[in-house]
Amino acid sequence: MRAGVIAGGRFPTSRVLWSVVGWLVVLVFFFPVLWMWLEALKTEPQAASSPPTIFFVPTLEEFQQVMSGDFPPFFINSAIASIGSTFMVLVLGLPAAYALAVRPVKRTRDVLFFFISTRFLPFAASLVPLYLLARDLQLLDNIFALAAIYTTINLPLGVWLLRSFLLEIPPELFEAARVDGASFATEIWRIVVPLIAPGIAATSLICLIFSWNEFFYAVNFTSSVAATAPIFLVGFISGRGLFYAKLAAAATLASLPVLLAGWIAQKQLIRGLTMGAVK
Amino acid sequence: MSSVAGSGGARIQSAASLARRDAWLRRLPLLPAFVYVIVVTQIPFALTIWYSFHSWNLLKPGSFRFSGLDNYARLLTDESIRTAVFNTVLLTISVIAISVVLGLAVASLLNSEVFGKGLMRTLMIAPFLIMPTAGALIWKDTLLNPLFGLLPNLLTPFGLGRVDWVNRYPMATVVAVEVWRWTPFMMLIILAGLQSQNPEVLEAARVDGANAFQAFRRITLPLVRPFIELGALLGSLFVVQTFDSIFMLTYGGPGEDTTNIPFLLYLVAFQGFNIGQASAIGVVAVVLTTIIATVALRTLFSIFQVEARR
Repeated sequence: MRAGVIAGGRFPTSRVLWSVVGWLVVLVFFFPVLWMWLEALKTEPQAASSPPTIFFVPTLEEFQQVMSGDFPPFFINSAIASIGSTFMVLVLGLPAAYALAVRPVKRTRDVLFFFISTRFLPFAASLVPLYLLARDLQLLDNIFALAAIYTTINLPLGVWLLRSFLLEIPPELFEAARVDGASFATEIWRIVVPLIAPGIAATSLICLIFSWNEFFYAVNFTSSVAATAPIFLVGFISGRGLFYAKLAAAATLASLPVLLAGWIAQKQLIRGLTMGAVK
Repeated sequence: MSSVAGSGGARIQSAASLARRDAWLRRLPLLPAFVYVIVVTQIPFALTIWYSFHSWNLLKPGSFRFSGLDNYARLLTDESIRTAVFNTVLLTISVIAISVVLGLAVASLLNSEVFGKGLMRTLMIAPFLIMPTAGALIWKDTLLNPLFGLLPNLLTPFGLGRVDWVNRYPMATVVAVEVWRWTPFMMLIILAGLQSQNPEVLEAARVDGANAFQAFRRITLPLVRPFIELGALLGSLFVVQTFDSIFMLTYGGPGEDTTNIPFLLYLVAFQGFNIGQASAIGVVAVVLTTIIATVALRTLFSIFQVEARR
C-alpha cells in the first residue's frame, strides 16, 4: 500500500495494469459459466446458430421446459442422496470426531489415519462387490442405497474435518459439562453442536458438494427410478440430439445448488477442501 | 482380616475394570462410524482381492472358477491396461502441473492490490463448483463443437476454424477441461498461503534492494511451498480418479486415447461384466493410489504438526 502511494497516488499505473490483467484471466476462467447461462437464455434456433448469436432477447422458455419436463425427479433424487448422506455423515461422524478429539485413547492417531485413508481408496477397490451386493439385495436403482454409498465417501472427510474444529475448543468446557453431570447425548447436543456450528457448516458444505456432483456411482448404480441430476445430463450426449439451449438450461439448474452454496460459504469451502489444514 | 483383604482386592479389581470401562466408553462413540466404514470399504476390498483370483463373467452364469494369477498375468500383457496406466499418469501430471502454475499466478494476482478482489475470487471458483458433467457438456457442445461452438467460430478468421478439437486432440481437451476445473482449487489453497505471509518481510526485502522476482523466489515461494504441496497432492488424489469429463467428452476414445484406469474399470466391469478382470484392475489401482496417498497424508500430518507447534 505504502509503495503504491509513493509510486503515484491512489491509482498507480501498475495497480491498474495488474487489475486489467487479473480481470482478463478471471473472465477467461469464468467465461464458460457465463456462456452456459447465455445459451440457457436463448431459444433453440439461436443457440444452434452458426456463427453463435451474441445479441438476443433473453427468454426463460427453456428453463420452463426443463422444469415442466422430466428433470424434477432427477433433481429431487440428487437432493435426497446429498442431504440424506450429509445428515448420516454428521450423525455418525460427530460422535467419532468427538471421541478422537476430546477423549483420545491409545492409537487415536492410527484410527484417524485409517479413517482418512479410506477416503482415498479409489472406488475401484470396493466397486465390484458393492455392485454385486446391491444387485443381490435388489438395491440397484435405489436412491437410499446411493445415499449410503455417498455416506461412505464423505464420512472419513467429515470425521477429520469435525475433529479439526473440535480441537480448537478448550477441553475445560467439556470437563465442566461432565462435572455438572451432563450425559453424553446432552454434551454433544448442548455443547459440541453450538460450539462447532461453523465446523458443521463447513463439513455439510463439502459433503453436499461431493455427493451432489458425484457421477461414477450414480451412473453405475442407478438407471431410471433413482437417477440423479448428472444422469439427466448424460441424456444430452446420447439420445436427445442437439438441444443446446435446453442442455444449457439443464446444466445451469443442475449446477445451481452447489454453485450458490459454495459462493455463500467461501471461507468454509477452503477449510473443507484442505481437510481443515488451511484456516 | 480376610474380608478386609478381600475388599482391598475387589477395590483394585474394580479400579482396573473401571479404567477398562472408561476406555471402552471413550471408544464407544467411535464405533458406529468405524463399523460403517469397515463394512462398506474394507470387507468389499477383501472381496475384490478374492474375486481378482477368479475368472468370472456375469453374462455367463456358472463361469465363476478359480484362475490363480491369470487376471494379473493378463494385466501385464494386455495393451489396454498399459495404455490406461500411461493415460492416467499423463493426465494427472499435466493437470496438476498446469493448474498449480496457473493457480499460483492467479493467487498472486488476487493477493496484490488489484481492484475488485472479492468478486474476482468469487467468479474464479465457479469452474470448481460447477457440476463436472455439466461443465464437460458445455465445453464439448457449446464451446468446442466444430459447427456451432463458440471457439471454432472465433478462430475462423485465424484459419483455425472448424477444427474438431475433441476428436483431433482428445487428451489435450480432457486436460484443458480438467485444468479449468482444478486451477481454482489450487488458487484457493495457494491464496490462503499467500495471505498468511507478513507483508512487512517483503517490504524489508524490497528496501534491502531485492527486485520483485528475487523477493518472490527467495521469500514468498518457500513460504507457500507447503500449500502448493498440499494442493498438488490432494488434487492428484482426485484427478487420478477422473471419470466424469472423460465419459462426457470422449467416452475414452477415440480408440483408447483417453481411457484412464477408472474408465477402463468402468468398461471392463459394466460393459464387459468381467468381474475377475475388473477386480484385478481394482487391486492395481489401490496399490498405485496408496503410494500417492501415503505421501499426501504425511504432508498433511506435517502441516498439522507445524500448526500445533505454533
